[in-house]
Amino acid sequence: MERESPADIATLTGRRGVMATLADAHAGEITRGLAALGDDIDYVELRPVETGLVMVQGRIGGDGATFNLGEATVTRAAVRIPSGEVGFSYVLGRDRDKARLAALCDALWQNVSTRAPLEHHVLTPIKARQDTERAQRCAQTAATRVDFFTLARGED
Amino acid sequence: MLAPAFADPVLASQAVFRSLMDAMARPGTIVATSGLARAPRPLSLAAAAVTLTLFDFETPMWLDPALAQSPEVVGWLRFHTGAPLTDDPQRAAFGLIADPSKMPQLAAFSQGSMEYPDRATTLVVQVERLSNDRGVWLSGPGIKGSRTLLASPLPADFVARMRANRALFPRGVDIILAAGEMLAALPRSAHVAAELA
Repeated sequence: MERESPADIATLTGRRGVMATLADAHAGEITRGLAALGDDIDYVELRPVETGLVMVQGRIGGDGATFNLGEATVTRAAVRIPSGEVGFSYVLGRDRDKARLAALCDALWQNVSTRAPLEHHVLTPIKARQDTERAQRCAQTAATRVDFFTLARGED
Repeated sequence: MLAPAFADPVLASQAVFRSLMDAMARPGTIVATSGLARAPRPLSLAAAAVTLTLFDFETPMWLDPALAQSPEVVGWLRFHTGAPLTDDPQRAAFGLIADPSKMPQLAAFSQGSMEYPDRATTLVVQVERLSNDRGVWLSGPGIKGSRTLLASPLPADFVARMRANRALFPRGVDIILAAGEMLAALPRSAHVAAELA
């Protein structure tokens, strides 16, 4: 096995960040974002987008033994852009368009010339929407907060 | 650059599997494979179609030096089949040979055991030409009378190697010969005799 250089690790961390954002995105908003990058982004599907099952493993506590929680439906895609970068994605559910778009974003992010426009037009707006929604949910939940306290009964 | 494989993986691999079954059932008959537009050189279309149909994460593959030296072939096989590479022919479920003139002895590969003869290696050997017009004489299960098969290039002592392989039955390796889009099979049950001069 080759040892990973710090640059590889940085790329890997970056790609994970992109996937974390896209995992919670809608196909529509990715399409809208990509439209700003150019008319027709050329790519080849290395294997047709396909849906299947993966076994989700769970573990209770940090030292618990892993157990099979159940199977989850995932859709995977692998695309290659003309400059040679290959993008992969596995997304929960059966949304083939979203899987294809997420893989395309992964490939575009790896190319230095398309990384900045991708971040600007696609990832930033999605992240902003997710942050707003999260803040809203937190505020709604916080409004219903009840502070419990117990009066000392003085028996002991 | 990584290239695509079957456009329709399910139907194409089923069609190739059917062709392979026919070829194995009737040793020496030449069948066509389809569904694959192109394969990374020096992998032939038929050999590539066989790998996509049969190889998976549980079948270690051994590549001959001609194929192992091509990062494109190795990357393509790893991505599309998920099969692990092995350096040890004894551990390989499949052996892929692009340069038959330098192919190792059949005994170098796993011959299976008496309890599990199915654990023998299946060899996919790429040749330039396949024809039934002349060549070695085949007989045995699946062949009515006898049949001739010409595959070239093959090692000069190929008939002797096949005879030694047949002597091990039910152990021994199975061979798939691939040329362009066509393939023929020489299962371990086939008797191979030299061509009459």
